[in-house]
Parts: sequence; structure tokens; C-alpha cells
Amino acid sequence: MIRPMSRAFRTLMALALGVATLVAAPVLAQSSPPRIVIGQGVIEPMPIAIPTFIDEGGAGDYAREISRVVISDLEGTGFFRNIGEEAHISRITSFDGGVAFEDWKAINAQVLVTGAVSVAGDRITVKFRAYDVFNGTTLEGAALQFAGTTQGWRRMAHKVADVIYSTITGEGGYFDSRVVFVSESGPKNNRLKRLAVMDYDGANVAYLTDSSSIVLAPRFSPQGDRIIYTSYETGFPRITLLDVASLNRQTLEEQPGTMTFAPRFSPDGGTIVFSLERGGNTDIYALSLGGGGLQQLTNAPSIETAPSFSPDGSQIVFESDRTGTPQIYVMPASGGEGTRISGGKGRYGTPVWSPRGDYIAFTKQNEGRFHIGVMRTDGSEERLLTASFLDEGPTWAPNGRVLMFTRETSGGGGQASLWSVDITGRNLKQIPTEGPASDPAWSPLLP
Amino acid sequence: MSLAAKSLLLIAVLGLAACNNPDRYGAGGAGAGGAGGAGGAGGIDTTGLGDPNNPTSIAYFNQTVGDRVLFAVDQSTLTPEGRSILTAQANWLNQNTGYAAIIEGHADEQGTREYNLALGARRAAAVQNFLISQGVAANRLRTISYGKERPLEVCSDESCYAKNRRAVTVLSAGAGV
Repeated sequence: MIRPMSRAFRTLMALALGVATLVAAPVLAQSSPPRIVIGQGVIEPMPIAIPTFIDEGGAGDYAREISRVVISDLEGTGFFRNIGEEAHISRITSFDGGVAFEDWKAINAQVLVTGAVSVAGDRITVKFRAYDVFNGTTLEGAALQFAGTTQGWRRMAHKVADVIYSTITGEGGYFDSRVVFVSESGPKNNRLKRLAVMDYDGANVAYLTDSSSIVLAPRFSPQGDRIIYTSYETGFPRITLLDVASLNRQTLEEQPGTMTFAPRFSPDGGTIVFSLERGGNTDIYALSLGGGGLQQLTNAPSIETAPSFSPDGSQIVFESDRTGTPQIYVMPASGGEGTRISGGKGRYGTPVWSPRGDYIAFTKQNEGRFHIGVMRTDGSEERLLTASFLDEGPTWAPNGRVLMFTRETSGGGGQASLWSVDITGRNLKQIPTEGPASDPAWSPLLP
Repeated sequence: MSLAAKSLLLIAVLGLAACNNPDRYGAGGAGAGGAGGAGGAGGIDTTGLGDPNNPTSIAYFNQTVGDRVLFAVDQSTLTPEGRSILTAQANWLNQNTGYAAIIEGHADEQGTREYNLALGARRAAAVQNFLISQGVAANRLRTISYGKERPLEVCSDESCYAKNRRAVTVLSAGAGV
């Protein structure tokens, strides 16, 4: 809740009425720093002011575009509202010049961000400060400088926004990240699919494969340097490992008469867990990338699939239909029976463990509708965040507070697209892609 | 890990070009069918469909014997009708031993992607097991699942879903897969 604002308002009202306030409202000048607590009820967006960053040399377009990306990242969370420049009273003309805080208080900006960009050749430097307007101080930790090549200008803008976001919410950032997904084209009965990566906001798309074989459900490695996915390139569904930098691909060794799919990395990147189907039965296996052979983790005549490691690597959550319908189970990373954690009516699948360790997101089907939901790791506090004809396959943002997923429309002309929603169920929105898209997987925060 | 050890587990995809590529939905298009000829470029088997009136032709198998069986929602058990079609398939295969088959398992779109891959595999295996129980040699059969990726019908109601929940026996010339 935006307490400083309401306290200030109440105090102003009390003064206007000539009544000394006995309410527990602190003196105006000593309000606590601006804070947003995610998950505590409906939040009015915090008004902020981000005047265009100053060009400190050769940086005209970059300064404008970087400011736009910072504003877009913060407003895109639903927690912030940028006060447009036409409403600003004073201008920031120099990065190290003083700030007339009264002018920013007058337009009700709680936070002011000033920045500057300079470019020399292909090197760019971006610096910024975020201020607590009411107290007239710099926000702790929010005065930084980034330097790099001009090619990475969007990443710098995302890093600026990440610092501001995490300072004010206390959560980790997530804007400086990539998403791998499947780009789709063609009719519903003959979809062409190819692997693609993009920035989390849809920019900087790159295609990693052509459309000559079906590709499904990719995942990043923990370092973000490799992508693992299921491909029909050999004619049968098989796990394929792709190196992002070189685009070299390798396929998991064939076990005759089997299908391998649903691969994920362990948090240390040294193991893959996946589903292996033999003779119609599907179980979960692990393969150590450092050698050591295949290890069978589940052994049941039912379908076991969609495994996901806990962030500490000690447990695996997965989907099994051993009771007759798909439900969610947790087992030790070394394998075992598993304990069921899904409890409600309906079918549960695609469980993914939050990078914060505190929630498991999932797909639920019930009474003809699909939902993306979250539950605690023991299955309690189940909450459904979305509902539609077909929502599936959530992936966590690096801060464990936002989910991206596939939404497909019904009918012969139905198409898939990528959507995100935050963990409170708010701020549902589509991620812009060049065409239909599915199966998103979020990278870790980039270094 | 050592390069040698890695190579045991991971095979460069390029090295597989010579292998049989039965994915008939590859973007290259052609699957079983079309003018006769042995394995074309990329290892795709091409076999003539033949005259549907000739009981030893693939066309006869597809149209008269019946190349597919359907399943109930979430199910991979064979229906009585399915068993009778598969009995006829087995008889045909036992009489026409110059053919191998890939059994494709499919699911409708009312499920998540990876689960549906597994469900399609279950359906294909149910057909494979039945054919083997009727005397078809196991080395003539192979299975593949397409999950919900290749629906036959694209509408989003049961009339289409029912046709998509299928296992299709796709023949190719050649005694073993």
C-alpha cells in the first residue's frame, strides 16, 4: 500500500481543517521510503516520474529509447504509472545538478528517476539515480552506472528498471532476461514449428531452428547457454540439446523402440531429467551429463512426465496419472514413489517449481476449462490465476513473481500466443510476438 | 566430461541422415504413398498405394480393412470395434508379409502437450500389442506418438475430437522396420 501518500494527504487535510491530528500519522518530512508489497490486495499504481535521460554525448536516440524501455518495464508490471513529461514542472538538465523536490512533490511523483547516457564509438554508458521524492533522498542502492557495447542498450535499460523495481518492491528483478519459445505458422492440422528466443518483452527475436521438424517445450540451462527440447528431427520424438551461441545440436542417444521427451536441466546444469516411453509406458529418468548412464526415477505402469526440479536440486515435482487422471506429485531427486500434492477437482499437469522455492505453478483442467494456477509446495493454498479455452505450460520469471504461458483459441482457426500474469492473478497481458507462439520458457536473470 | 564419453550419449544429428525417417508430417511433405520407388532422398520410404480393388494393396488396407481405430477420452483401451478392425489388420499383415508398419498414436487437444505425447504413445502401443497377439512379427511394427500435434479434424468439439483420438497403422514396403 502506498502509505506515505495517504499519510501526507491525511496530514494536509488535518492542517487545512485547523485540527491538530492525533491520528498516528508521523510528521510529513519523515515518511518511510516508497514501498510496494506484492501480494497484499489491490494496489493503486505508484506514480513515478522518469524524464528522458540526458544525452551526455553522442547518445540522442539511445537516451530516448532507453528511457522508454525503463518506463515500459516498470509500467508493464502494473505497479507503476509514469507521469508524462507534459505534466512535469521542472526539467532535469544535468545529471549531477540539484533536484527541486517540491516540483516533483507538486505533481505527486513518489519516485523520480534521473539518468544520463553517453556513447563513444560502440561503447555506451548509462547512469541513473532514483529518488524518494517526499524525503528528498536517493533510494538506497539505486544510483548506478552500467557500461557496455551499444548492441546491449536494451539490456542496460532493463537493468536500470530491475534495480528500481527491486528497490521498491523488495523482490528480485526480472526484466533483463530472455525467453525461449516455439514460433508457429500454418494451419491447425499441419503446424510448422521452430525454436526462437526473444527478450522477455518480445524484442530481439532470433530463430534457432527452421520449421522442417516439429519442436516442443524447450527449456534453458541454468546458465542460459544451452537449450534442451523435444524434436522430431530424427523422425521420432527425441531430446535435443542446442548450444545457443553456436547453434550446434546434439540428440540424446537412441534407445531402440523408445521415445524421449519433456527434458529439463537440474539447477546445477549437470543432469537432465526427462520422460522415456517404452512399449507404451512412460517413466521419468535422469541422465548425468558428466557420464554415469541412465537412472530410472519412477517405475509405474502409469504416465509419469513433466518433471521439474526444486531450486535446491533436492526434489522433483512431476505429473502422473496413476490414480486415473493426471495429478501432481513430489519425490526426492533420486527418485521414488512420490507424494501427491494436488488436491482439488480436475486434472493437474505441467508443474514447475518457482525459482524462489515457495510455489509450484501448474495447468489445471476442470469442467471444460483450462487454468494456470499456483500452489504451495505441499499443495496448500491453491489459487487459479487464469481461465480460458486452453491455457497451459506456465514458466516462472527469474524472481518467482510472474508467470508466462501459452493461450490457444478454439476452433479450426485457433492460434496460440504467449501471455503473462503475476502471481496475484493481476496484470494479465499478451507478449508481442511476430506470429503465433507457444511453449515459453524463461531464462535466469542475465549476468 | 571427455569428448569420447560425451559422444557415447549424444549423437550429432547430421550423422543420422542415412536412417529411415518415418515422420510423415515433416515439412518435406511426402509420406507413404505416391508413385512407387524405394527410399528417396532423406530416407523417406515411398510405396505405391496401388489399386484399391487389389486385396494386397495398401489402398485396400487403408480403405477396406481400415487403417485406424478410435479411442474414448483419456483412454487407450481398444473398443470392440477397434479390436475387430485390428483383427482384420493382423490378418492382412499375416497374409502380406512384404510390408512393415508404423503405428501412429494421437490425442485430441483437451490436454497438455507432454501428457498427450505419452497418451498417444499408449494408444499406439495398445494397437501394436494387439497385432503382435494376433501373430504379426514384432520386428515388422514400430510406434510413434504425435500427441495433439497432428489433428485430423480442426474443430473444437467432440465431433472432431473423437476422430483425432486415433491410432493409425501406416504401411510401407519392406519386411522389417
